[in-house]
Amino acid sequence: MELLLGFVTGILWGYIFQRARILRFEKHIGLLTLKDLTILKFLLTGVIVGAVGINFLAHWGLVAYSVKPTHLLANLLGGIIYGWGWALLGYCPGTTGGALAEGMLDGLFGLFGGLVGAIAFAHTFDFWAQNVLPLGAWGKVTLPGLLGLPVLGVALAFAGLLILFCLLLEKFGL
Amino acid sequence: MKDGWSPYLGGFLTGLLLIASVVVTQHLLGKPKYLGTSTAYVRVAGLVEKALSSGAAKLNYYHKYPPRIDWKVTLVFLGVPLGALWAAHRNREFQLRWVPKRWEESFGPGRIGRLLAAFLGGFLIIYGARLAGGCPSGHGLSGMSQLSLSAFVTVAGFFLGGIPLAMILYRRRR
Repeated sequence: MELLLGFVTGILWGYIFQRARILRFEKHIGLLTLKDLTILKFLLTGVIVGAVGINFLAHWGLVAYSVKPTHLLANLLGGIIYGWGWALLGYCPGTTGGALAEGMLDGLFGLFGGLVGAIAFAHTFDFWAQNVLPLGAWGKVTLPGLLGLPVLGVALAFAGLLILFCLLLEKFGL
Repeated sequence: MKDGWSPYLGGFLTGLLLIASVVVTQHLLGKPKYLGTSTAYVRVAGLVEKALSSGAAKLNYYHKYPPRIDWKVTLVFLGVPLGALWAAHRNREFQLRWVPKRWEESFGPGRIGRLLAAFLGGFLIIYGARLAGGCPSGHGLSGMSQLSLSAFVTVAGFFLGGIPLAMILYRRRR
């Protein structure tokens, strides 16, 4: 059941990715050179819908959260290393296989690189766990928790800000 | 639909997919599955290492993420490529290419350079994502939707690393 759900979810997501051009190298490099914000608009709209939906459903007790623990230094450093790889590859971990399926054969080398990267991380994990993960390890913190504000209020305010941001992007033709 | 869907439509559908996935897995599997992709590489990497040697399976990281085919593996390595292939085929957009056009504009049509960059980029995105605890789906979409602090720090890192490097790499156009 679990595997089938993942498979079906993946098919739908892959279809959306292809139609919205999220698989394209050009769009990823366009974002990182600030010339084409397609990927950003896609991600932010997903977050607007997700933030409102998930927080209301959780508030009504219909779903549980699965918040990743904060490790400030590891989050930032890992994010930066990811960013370097992103600029070189021009795809994401989830879109590389989709790009390959669209005919981009360089995606295959991205997948191989990713698997070798995962092996390398597994072999160096203990170093990071001892030296970096403890720095700024704040646990499963969320913005509303940190600010001491009501969850739904923060979710709505955040979604509102993102909508405003997207409207501004369109107003200025970005 | 030569230009595909608006990123806002794609993002909106992705947000709905996240919500649907969380609700369905919460009720069918008893535990919510939030969209994420980079862990899938760790599972497969573990399976590869297990097949090659017995020692590597003892690594702490593979205790944290036991090598097995799980929900994310079928999502990332089967579902997304199949969905993308379906969409590309339906819209007659499947085209075999080794080198993306935008890469060619900066670095020329040479395959070797592109494939090495794709491999290195793939390595870095997964290594970085595992250090940060997630990628643009796990942290970006699912994490920011839950207003998790780790997500905001990591996503800031993606751009802090990616934008400067992309600006340098793709500055030159032939």
